[in-house]
Amino acid sequence: MNEKKSILKNEGFQAILAALICIVVGLLVGFIVLLIINPAGAWDAIVAIMQNFMTRSSGPARLKNLGNTLVKTSPLLMCALSINFCYKVGLFNIGAAGQYVAGAGMCLYAGLAWKLPWFMCVILAIVAGGLFGTIVGFLKAYCNVNEVISGIMLNWIGLYLVNMLLSGVKEPSSPYTLKLSSVNPGGILPSLGMGAFFAKNKYVTIAIPLSVIIAVVVWVVLNKTKFGYELRATGFNKEAAKYAGMNEKKNIILTLMIGGILAGLGASFFYLSAIEEWSVTQSSVPAMGFNGIAATFLGGLNPIGTIFSSFFIQHITLGGSEIDMSVYPSQISDLISAIIIYLCGFVLFFKLVMNKSGSGKGGHKK
Amino acid sequence: MSEYAIEMLHITKRFPGIIANDDVTIQLRKGEIHALLGENGAGKSTLMSVLFGLYQAEEGVIKKDGKEVKITDPNVANDLGIGMVHQHFKLVQCFSVLDNIILGVETTKNGFLQKDEARKKVMALSDKYGLSVDPDALIEDITVGMQQRTEILKMLYRDNEVLIFDEPTAVLTPQEIDELMIIMKSLAAEGKSILFISHKLNEIMTVADRCSVLRRGKYIGTVDIKGTTQEELSRMMVGRDVQLVAEKAEAQPGEVILEVNNMTVASKAHHNNAVKNVSFKVRAGEIVCIAGIDGNGQTELVYGLTGLEPLASGSIKLCGKEISKDTIRQRSDKMSHIPEDRHKHGLVLDYSLEYNMVLQRYWQPEFVSGLGFLKRGPIRQYAERLIEEFDVRSGQGPITIARSMSGGNQQKAIIARELDKDPKLLVAVQPTRGLDVGAIENIHSQIIAHRDKGNAVLLVSLELEEVMNVSDRILVMYEGEIVGEVDPKKTTTEELGLYMAGAKREKVTA
Ligand SMILES: Nc1ncnc2c1ncn2[C@@H]1O[C@H](COP(=O)(O)OP(=O)(O)OP(=O)(O)O)[C@@H](O)[C@H]1O
Ligand SMILES: [Mg+2]
Repeated sequence: MNEKKSILKNEGFQAILAALICIVVGLLVGFIVLLIINPAGAWDAIVAIMQNFMTRSSGPARLKNLGNTLVKTSPLLMCALSINFCYKVGLFNIGAAGQYVAGAGMCLYAGLAWKLPWFMCVILAIVAGGLFGTIVGFLKAYCNVNEVISGIMLNWIGLYLVNMLLSGVKEPSSPYTLKLSSVNPGGILPSLGMGAFFAKNKYVTIAIPLSVIIAVVVWVVLNKTKFGYELRATGFNKEAAKYAGMNEKKNIILTLMIGGILAGLGASFFYLSAIEEWSVTQSSVPAMGFNGIAATFLGGLNPIGTIFSSFFIQHITLGGSEIDMSVYPSQISDLISAIIIYLCGFVLFFKLVMNKSGSGKGGHKK
Repeated sequence: MSEYAIEMLHITKRFPGIIANDDVTIQLRKGEIHALLGENGAGKSTLMSVLFGLYQAEEGVIKKDGKEVKITDPNVANDLGIGMVHQHFKLVQCFSVLDNIILGVETTKNGFLQKDEARKKVMALSDKYGLSVDPDALIEDITVGMQQRTEILKMLYRDNEVLIFDEPTAVLTPQEIDELMIIMKSLAAEGKSILFISHKLNEIMTVADRCSVLRRGKYIGTVDIKGTTQEELSRMMVGRDVQLVAEKAEAQPGEVILEVNNMTVASKAHHNNAVKNVSFKVRAGEIVCIAGIDGNGQTELVYGLTGLEPLASGSIKLCGKEISKDTIRQRSDKMSHIPEDRHKHGLVLDYSLEYNMVLQRYWQPEFVSGLGFLKRGPIRQYAERLIEEFDVRSGQGPITIARSMSGGNQQKAIIARELDKDPKLLVAVQPTRGLDVGAIENIHSQIIAHRDKGNAVLLVSLELEEVMNVSDRILVMYEGEIVGEVDPKKTTTEELGLYMAGAKREKVTA
């Protein structure tokens, strides 16, 4: 009995269990919605969502689709890391969405208008994202402006700035930006032969392994370094951090700057893989940054856990597009994955419940 | 009917690495004040948390009025008429006093709060027991004394009959303690049963009817206060004789270490200066104590010295060097600071004990490599040494999360960390708050030993006993000014009291 309890109290185990519960509940609710809309196709549809690339019949087609899922995982992972990193310091970086937008605008413009090589585009995306983060940090540190408010406002400012900027490099007949592959192939991230492995998926690039490496680096920085020690101390107890002589203003700005860099980098991973173009008429901030919030919580606020949660979220999102559109309206895929992602945010709630039911053992004193 | 209001029989509660309560039995008579005594980490708070439903015991039963009850959470405790004032208060900082009192038991009509009734009841209780509070003040703006009265009113408002006080006096001024003792007695006279935790034997002697003693989780015994002495109680608690007064040699003041000139610090809560034009010196080899009633600018004086608040004007010289513009980190090179509020400043509660032990040193080459990586081995060894030297008790040693440690052991960890820095100037604010008598003895001798190594100590304390026993020189603060300097060997507590109340003052140019 005692043994069992101590497993339940193990933090890592708790995080994983809570995440799994959320996933199951999310799928269940998604399934119920499908049932309500059209009971006949519900089972097939939910299976399609869960299977994603496995719905394809041939091995190479599966691999190719898996490749696409991974390509979309890496930017999401970067946004999740951005939010995760800031969260550990007690900052809620909802501005990751805008930092992502800034990075996207900058790398696309650099690639399309200036025809810079890919690494220059990446660096400029980092600069743009970092700058957006720094603005939020600066306002927080020196004017005590809540990072959520300034973050959200910058999201919109960023969106329209980027729409404006990229209007100069769009297709004449559509709202989409020019194709990198035709204008400046050197602006696309190198694949290092990985594309060949995924059944010649040309979108598979170094972005995928890089983002995983960065996740590990973020974990190491937070948990093993002096810098991480300071940041987490600030997140846990600002007053104690001040008492210990840590420079709070500097740390807030640095944290949001790094958050911005991660999100901006994520944008370059997405747009420089050339899997999609930017639409200069879009009037909502891309969901990547917001889905990063769900990925962060589903990943148990742990950079390593976030790798898996980001993959899962993209897996069901793409799985949604495998639903038979003759049975369901076309919005269904977005709806179902949105429901599941939304429920993933309840991870913390499930953890709380687990802590309580464990007979007060994990109860903290204050 | 049973003669006992509460019986806790054979209670056992385990935490990772430690048995906090090991087969403990206590019986609380109706209408009595029952003291609970034990060293830091003996398991007093844990036992009370079991009674209040915060923890579930693995073994044992609880009886209320002779009937067995299962207290699964604080709401159940509340329904049974059990209320608790916690060692570290649980109030909502940004709520008013009134809102905190009625929180959870609000009366509503059509979904709207009915606060008028509640206000009447609260004010009636407050008058009846002399618990003066301002119902509309926000918690974050009021003194700890008033916060505590709020907590007590919260219990009374819920018509609780069994009242648990976990170290209520640790954060109070002597005057407030006297008031609390009177309140507790009148509550008991009305038939309420009180469990009272304190490390101060004289309080237990004054107010309690009986006292139960715990040692390292085990039940030692229960004694009638009438037939016992402070010495016997402390022997039961520690298992050996304790010296209640620290031994110390004559001070040998040397060169000036700290020189403060015309220091003025603004007040955060009010629109005036909390510290007004204060000047004093502290020399090597002496312990200078700042005495005074809480809220007369001592907190701000320390904030100004340590850099937590900027000075409005004035200068501070440490070892001959002007430091009033220095950062906290720069000052911490030669200065240690045992802060007044261990949870606010002293600890990162969610960090492990070892991480807290290096909070003032983690950047030093001993603990961090050139590439910025923390060195796990040396941090662990360092923490283990301090734990050993200062007898910091916890469930899992260095890896224990600070939040789970007992209040007194949290305090010992901070003292260990600050003393081990071996500072030229030690600024200690209420260093022995919440410590048991044995630990106080130990800390006092450590502070004296630090002085004897040729260092300066600035002690800020509200406890006259500590002030008289430990210091070599006393400066009294009143309304932000130093109104008197006295020699502890030549003064009396009465004279000190006059200075502290502002009834007597002299021009001081230390
Ligand atoms: N939530 C918890 N998790 C793990 N260990 C705990 C927890 N609460 C208490 N302990 C451990 O149980 C022991 C008893 O703690 P408790 O707080 O009851 O002591 P105490 O007698 O109140 O001491 P003090 O006088 O210092 O307040 C301590 O060693 C403490 O580390
Ligand atoms: Mg306690």
